[in-house]
Amino acid sequence: MINVKHVSYQYGEKKVLEDVSFTVYEGEFFGILGPNGSGKTTLMKLMSRELPLQQGVMFVYGQPIETYKPRQYAKLVATLPQHTDISFGYTVKEMVELGRYPYQSSLLPRWTNEDEQTVTEAIHSVTLAHKQHVRLEQLSGGERQRAALARSLAQQPRVLLLDEPTNHMDVAQQFKLLNLLKQSGLTVVAIFHDINIASLYCDRLLLLKDGKAVACGTPRELLSESMIECVFETKMKRHEHPVLPKPLVTFVPFSTPHIDEGLWHVKEHETMLVVETAKPFKVLSSALVGGGVRWATTFVNRHVSLDYRCDDAEQEMIQFLKQHGFREQWTVGMMTAVDVKDVAFSSIDEDVRLFVAVTAGVGNAVDSANAWRRTDVVASPGTINTFVFIDGHLSEAAFVQALITATEAKAKALYDKQVVDPQTNTIATGTSTDSVAIAASQQGTCYAYAGTITPIGKQLARAVYEATQTAIDSYRKRKGEQR
Amino acid sequence: MAAILLGISIGSQSIPFSSIWGTFIHTPTVPATDSQIIVSIRLPRVVLAFFIGAALAVAGVAFQGLLKNVLADPYTIGVSSGAAVGAVIVFFFHLYLPLLGRFTLPIVSIIFALVTLLFVLLFARLAERNMAMETIVLIGIIMNAFFGSLISLMVALSGEELRQVIGWLMGSVAMRGWSYVSLFFPFFLIGSIGLFVHIRELNAFSFGEQAAANIGVHVLQRKLFILLSASLLTGAAVAVSGTIGFVGLVTPHMTRLICGANHRRLLPLSFLYGGTFLVLADLVARTMIAPRELPIGVITSFIGAPLFAILLFKSLRRKT
Repeated sequence: MINVKHVSYQYGEKKVLEDVSFTVYEGEFFGILGPNGSGKTTLMKLMSRELPLQQGVMFVYGQPIETYKPRQYAKLVATLPQHTDISFGYTVKEMVELGRYPYQSSLLPRWTNEDEQTVTEAIHSVTLAHKQHVRLEQLSGGERQRAALARSLAQQPRVLLLDEPTNHMDVAQQFKLLNLLKQSGLTVVAIFHDINIASLYCDRLLLLKDGKAVACGTPRELLSESMIECVFETKMKRHEHPVLPKPLVTFVPFSTPHIDEGLWHVKEHETMLVVETAKPFKVLSSALVGGGVRWATTFVNRHVSLDYRCDDAEQEMIQFLKQHGFREQWTVGMMTAVDVKDVAFSSIDEDVRLFVAVTAGVGNAVDSANAWRRTDVVASPGTINTFVFIDGHLSEAAFVQALITATEAKAKALYDKQVVDPQTNTIATGTSTDSVAIAASQQGTCYAYAGTITPIGKQLARAVYEATQTAIDSYRKRKGEQR
Repeated sequence: MAAILLGISIGSQSIPFSSIWGTFIHTPTVPATDSQIIVSIRLPRVVLAFFIGAALAVAGVAFQGLLKNVLADPYTIGVSSGAAVGAVIVFFFHLYLPLLGRFTLPIVSIIFALVTLLFVLLFARLAERNMAMETIVLIGIIMNAFFGSLISLMVALSGEELRQVIGWLMGSVAMRGWSYVSLFFPFFLIGSIGLFVHIRELNAFSFGEQAAANIGVHVLQRKLFILLSASLLTGAAVAVSGTIGFVGLVTPHMTRLICGANHRRLLPLSFLYGGTFLVLADLVARTMIAPRELPIGVITSFIGAPLFAILLFKSLRRKT
């Protein structure tokens, strides 16, 4: 437990820390963040007693920091500085053994079993056991840092102070080290340069700017875009980590040029509907390839036969795309059993600019409200595939609302065309394998919402409704001809 | 290896080995003059040479460890110059203090050495609270320069004492006798013990003073202890045998090349190697142009430099 109260520090005339106060609780992983020159390293040096306190007080486990004797403090707090000085001719093990210094009596030092064990464990935990008898000058930077960490761990401290602990390490090593520290249960106070790593590992953060404590709290509370812009003076965007419930922060170092004309165009193809955009569009979709959120320049609606069955449809589609020269990473791809010549387009160009392409096969129509009464298990490609292209900047909520609006319009189109769910004999709301893609150019007008009564929502719904109706007509006509 | 060298060194006193052995076990057949020579001239000389060599070597280890600089030697911080000035003053002014008698020279020299050490430490403390080694080195440079000029002045102004002064400055362990050995011994004992108990701290200091502080070393205290012990050894060594160069600088290096940098091995082995090296050097000094003697300082550099070069080449080739 570390208590810092009103600590200030200056080098000569220069004020480096001003009235900094915070508390670190037992077992916490506490991060210190801030731009260069914000006083992070000075603060750490005060905590490691490299610098003497000038103003303010620091309590470590209830006692003022300056009252500890050197050995006592070393048993409590271990420090890992940014750069480790190594000494030529020492092996890893010899370096780590020094960590046991505070536990050995000064007059008749003996090397006990406990000492040996602690050293061995420390070396193992940083995965240097295979190099423990190698001389330090033969190790890489990352390995030296790990050896220094092993020395700190050999001190069996309760608190670990780390100054940018992952500086010379590759990604895998970084995470290995941090995971190790997180699991150890030690109280860790670490300076981080990488905001995301700090966010992932730290329980709480302290933000410093120009020597002052700007804020202290959990990563989620602290890492708002305005806070980061204010402290780091750079534009940032905040996201959610895809797997862990932690915020992710990314830079926006520049923006892409605005394109006015020819934003999207349709390419003719026998078995596919292909739409290409002049610049990457941000897409939210349920597509087979590129589903979820993706930036894409190519949109493919591929015709497959009715009896298409595949174990891994996604992989097969990716292969298909590659074979046809599409760059899979920039493509949103869907499948349909509908003949692509039955595609319907709808364009809007006043007020809002958008473009809709729909193929609709209603053979396996489903009434979603009564679907639970149905007995089928396997999905077959019939489907209504809807592509929506919007020239505008959509917020995340607007993307979701656009999806809702498009789907409602589709359902209404099905109702007005009296499409019936063959199993439940009620009006269908869609088919079993429908897919929608909302693509936005992310330039120009900003749309915070895309609900049904917003300007964009209204036009979107209209375009989808009309295109879906036309597509159903074409489909039925062809089906009629086939009979 | 060290033990063997020891054995050879004491044994090679160009008096039949049987006589040496005989003297030690009091065989009556040994001529009286021979045993006399062995006991009162050769043995003290050899023992003194060993002690001096060992003292300079471990002092060198300590300074190289503290300064984290392999170019440091015991004379870096200026204590040796202080001792030298004391000795030269005795020669120059033909000082003869009745109480000290024959020991005027070494005792005055030691006093000067201790005063210099005190001065260096005080000056360093005044300049900077936590007495960084860099500060101490700079003050040492000042001392060496100042005292060096004093010595040069006295040399320039001296008349018939010149030969004595130069001879002393080049170092010698000849004609000292047991009295000098016993004069040196207490300093030697205290200084050596002072260093040997600080082996772990020396290891810690090798990684930097801050790293040592981080693992709980009381840096200021231990640094002072080590400095004091090493300076005691150096000052007394110089006072008793003049400024013998090269041993304090090179012995730690050679030992490091052989056994690594861990002071647990480095300190005791340097102790032994330094001692035997000087004994061998002394042997060469008195046999090369017998019956005249060469100054031992010349020999240490002469033998030492190529020896070091060979070891260095071998270790560099091993690395590549």
